[in-house]
Amino acid sequence: MRRGSLDTRAGWLTRWLRLDPFMLFLLLLVTLIGLGVGYSASGASVEQLTRQGIRYGLAFALMLAVAYVPPRFLRAWAPWFYGVGLLLLIAVDVAGEIGKGAQRWLDLGVVRFQPSELMKLAVPMMVAWYLADRPTPPRLLDVFVALLLIGVPMVLVMIQPDLGTALLVGSAGFFVLFLAGLPWRMLFGFALMAAAAVPVMWSYVMHDYQRQRVLTLFDPERDPLGTGYHIIQSKIAIGSGGLYGKGWLQGTQAHLDFLPEGTTDFILAVFAEEFGLMGVAVLLALYLLIILRGLFVATQAASSFGRLLAGAIGLTFFVYVFVNAGMVAGLLPVVGVPLPLVSYGGTSLVTLMIGFGILMSIHSHRGILGRAH
Amino acid sequence: MHVDSALGNAHSRAVLVRRVLIAALICVLALSALLWRVAHLQVTQHSHFVSLADQNRIRTVIVPPPRGRIMDRNGLLLADNQPSFQAEIVAEDVPEMSATLGLLQRLLSLEEGDLARIEKTLKRSRSFDSVTIKLNLSEDEIARLAAYRPWLPGVEVVPRLTRVYPYKSLVSHVVGYVGRISENDLKQVDETDYRGTTHFGKTGIERYYEARLHGRAGQQKVEVDAYGRVLRVLEETPPVPGEDLRLSLDIRLQAVAEAALGDYNGSIVALDARNGEVLALVSKPGFDANLFVNGISQANYDALIKDPARPLFNRAITATYPPGSTIKPVMGLAGLEHGLITPDTRMFAGPYYQLPNQDHKYRDWKKSGHGWVDLNLALAQSCDVYFYDLAYKMGIDRMHAFLRDFGLGEPSGVDLPGESAGLVPSRDWKRATRNQAWFPGETLIAGIGQGYMLSTPMQLADMTATLMRGGQRLRPHLLPGAAQAPVEDVVLRNPRYWDAARQGMFDVVNGKTGTARRIAEGVPYQIAGKTGTAQVFTVRQNESYDAKKLKRELHDHALFVGYAPAAPAGSEPPPVPEASRSDARIAVAVIAENGGSGSGTAAPIARKVMDAWLLGRVVGSTAPVGVPSRGE
Repeated sequence: MRRGSLDTRAGWLTRWLRLDPFMLFLLLLVTLIGLGVGYSASGASVEQLTRQGIRYGLAFALMLAVAYVPPRFLRAWAPWFYGVGLLLLIAVDVAGEIGKGAQRWLDLGVVRFQPSELMKLAVPMMVAWYLADRPTPPRLLDVFVALLLIGVPMVLVMIQPDLGTALLVGSAGFFVLFLAGLPWRMLFGFALMAAAAVPVMWSYVMHDYQRQRVLTLFDPERDPLGTGYHIIQSKIAIGSGGLYGKGWLQGTQAHLDFLPEGTTDFILAVFAEEFGLMGVAVLLALYLLIILRGLFVATQAASSFGRLLAGAIGLTFFVYVFVNAGMVAGLLPVVGVPLPLVSYGGTSLVTLMIGFGILMSIHSHRGILGRAH
Repeated sequence: MHVDSALGNAHSRAVLVRRVLIAALICVLALSALLWRVAHLQVTQHSHFVSLADQNRIRTVIVPPPRGRIMDRNGLLLADNQPSFQAEIVAEDVPEMSATLGLLQRLLSLEEGDLARIEKTLKRSRSFDSVTIKLNLSEDEIARLAAYRPWLPGVEVVPRLTRVYPYKSLVSHVVGYVGRISENDLKQVDETDYRGTTHFGKTGIERYYEARLHGRAGQQKVEVDAYGRVLRVLEETPPVPGEDLRLSLDIRLQAVAEAALGDYNGSIVALDARNGEVLALVSKPGFDANLFVNGISQANYDALIKDPARPLFNRAITATYPPGSTIKPVMGLAGLEHGLITPDTRMFAGPYYQLPNQDHKYRDWKKSGHGWVDLNLALAQSCDVYFYDLAYKMGIDRMHAFLRDFGLGEPSGVDLPGESAGLVPSRDWKRATRNQAWFPGETLIAGIGQGYMLSTPMQLADMTATLMRGGQRLRPHLLPGAAQAPVEDVVLRNPRYWDAARQGMFDVVNGKTGTARRIAEGVPYQIAGKTGTAQVFTVRQNESYDAKKLKRELHDHALFVGYAPAAPAGSEPPPVPEASRSDARIAVAVIAENGGSGSGTAAPIARKVMDAWLLGRVVGSTAPVGVPSRGE
């Protein structure tokens, strides 16, 4: 069994805290960047910085706790998570139907809870649970069951409507299927079907505002003060940053409020404006390392469930990064996906860190479980 | 089962490793593409987006220049910029708008209409914009606002400059006024220089020298946020203030002249004969120019428009009157120049003149006739018959050409807008405008300055100055040193002809039978001039003009043109005793509307102006000519 030098030096982290020190290091780096950019994007608000710092602290604590849970428990609980999540989603949709409006939250009195966030992890867990002990590559029937497991929650989220989260839930489940060895011809078959479904989706399923967002992507000037405004201002922020950026706290687009949602979905534009191409390259490199590390953990996992889940978590993280950065850079339509670990806000951060907790658990239990089997 | 599971595990791991490698490759490629895209924005299109970002945040604010002031020749301000105070409100600083507006309504006695306008403006403006509540606050209102300040958050008393005309109606026809700038005004100027300018010269000097008075606008580059709020000034080009203009006009002389007109409406133009500078330019009645600056009220405007005395009408340069006998000296010069008469040519002037084979009697103003007259006597007594005969011999075309040389029939070129050309009729003119032949009788009437002939008081003053200078022509002007259109001097065959004409004018005042001999009394200098009468009402053939039977508005206009100091032909005028200006030369034209007689009404008025200019006082009054009180 190979071990990285970092692992050896910080062996106690692995042993006592069940952590992946290299991953932890990367996460802390990105978190620090997030705090710095967030401070600037919020107009140097110490209050908001403190709140985000507390969120990071809680999220890291949650990650540590989850890392203690052995993968076999996760596997055992997967159907329960999935089942409860599904029921909650239905509850939210019904409540939304009654309330005549978009409904994503379930008000539990003390906290407001977003069931779709739970499904980002519950779906890949469930699909991994289902495929873990089945033949590789999955048979046609297994593929259809897996697709059903993915499709039902995905549609439930989509009708909330929350396209961004539906995309993440769907892709998380799909990645499990892909890593389990989904035959290429089926993959292409699905791709073709998806392509054929696009016009149907466009005409019958997508909401008008969603269509607007897609149209705006291709021609932001068609509505420069409405839906196009975000994209135009975001591109101006990025482009005017140049190679080295305007400097921390110096971004005019962000500080003079031309860039909307600078602390949340469009925080990458603030970062690009202030730190330039160099900063973006460093940040994307860090993200790539996190993704690759996640994938590496997947290859090292003892159980099939762990492998599939770890790989799916890593690739979902990639989707987060790509969809958000693509949107901010004007390559993809505006969907509500935050930049992972950097955007202000607690909900997605919690889900992400639980995901990394699972990754770390899988990483630290790779030998033990393997022997136990 | 255990073995199967282990084998299956190994197989699934191998499949996963392959898939992970593919996925990792896709991730690397996708993130590289993303980075390439960002690089495209940040490097290739960098400058484009920098300019867009600057367009976002940098606004150019125009700083209007302060308008130049207008002064009289002694530096007394005729048009000034004075601070006035206005109340403004900024919506975002007002916690409860309706309560604040209610309080303001009571403090400033705003009307419902004002309130509606303010609320409408507030709706259209951004929350941090200042909205004007009331202009030109009185001291009382300022004090009241100050007292209630704690209850009026968001309300500010803001100073700004407003145009003020201290002499109100006294020089309104010279200085003119500014008013709110209009679309039409903007078409005439470089709009970039006028962005931010609120007022524009509408009449008078304000209009004529608008470009010099205005100055050049400055610029501020300011940084704004997404809501348009100004955060800081990045760059500043200060405005070039408008030029202060010092006119040749003497406001004290202006006041004397205006007062000298007494109850009469009319006009007085006084020129410095040495250089053509306008010393006084009265058009009575005037109007309070201040009314127009910030928009005149309908009631005030109606009052001005409906006033039968037409106070907005500039009688000095826009109104045209028949010049009457005031052109006789020039007619005499024309006769001499064309060899139709000599200074010694005598004729018998009866009570009327008749054209050959015509019954119509062209009457003289003197019912008994003048008897034997030469040119000198004809001028001194203003003998109509003499000039009927001269006009008949001269013919209208030669008369037309000669009078034109003295500036009649065309704008004098004074630096004021709205000047009339007047009219010197001719055969061609009548055919072109009326499609009628010229009748010989019309020539006779033109010869005494009646009929079609029309001139402005400015033209008459200019003509008089030309006579005084012996033919040298100078454009009348209010701003010393301003560029003027060139003008040709009047050159005669024999310069002594000038002496003949001027001696006639000298004897009008100083001759035993001169029509204006009464104004020579008690004057320590000598005056030359010519009286005139312009008919308002045409007396029928067999009736006579009887002032007592006619309403005042049908009375003849009284005219007098003259210059001083004057001297008999062949001598220089002696220095004026007690004169403050030993080399002063003044030419004056007076029209007193419905004043009746030139000699009785207009000539004494002209003398008061000459006294004031040459002596610094009005003879017969011990009061020195002082600065008229501003305002009132």
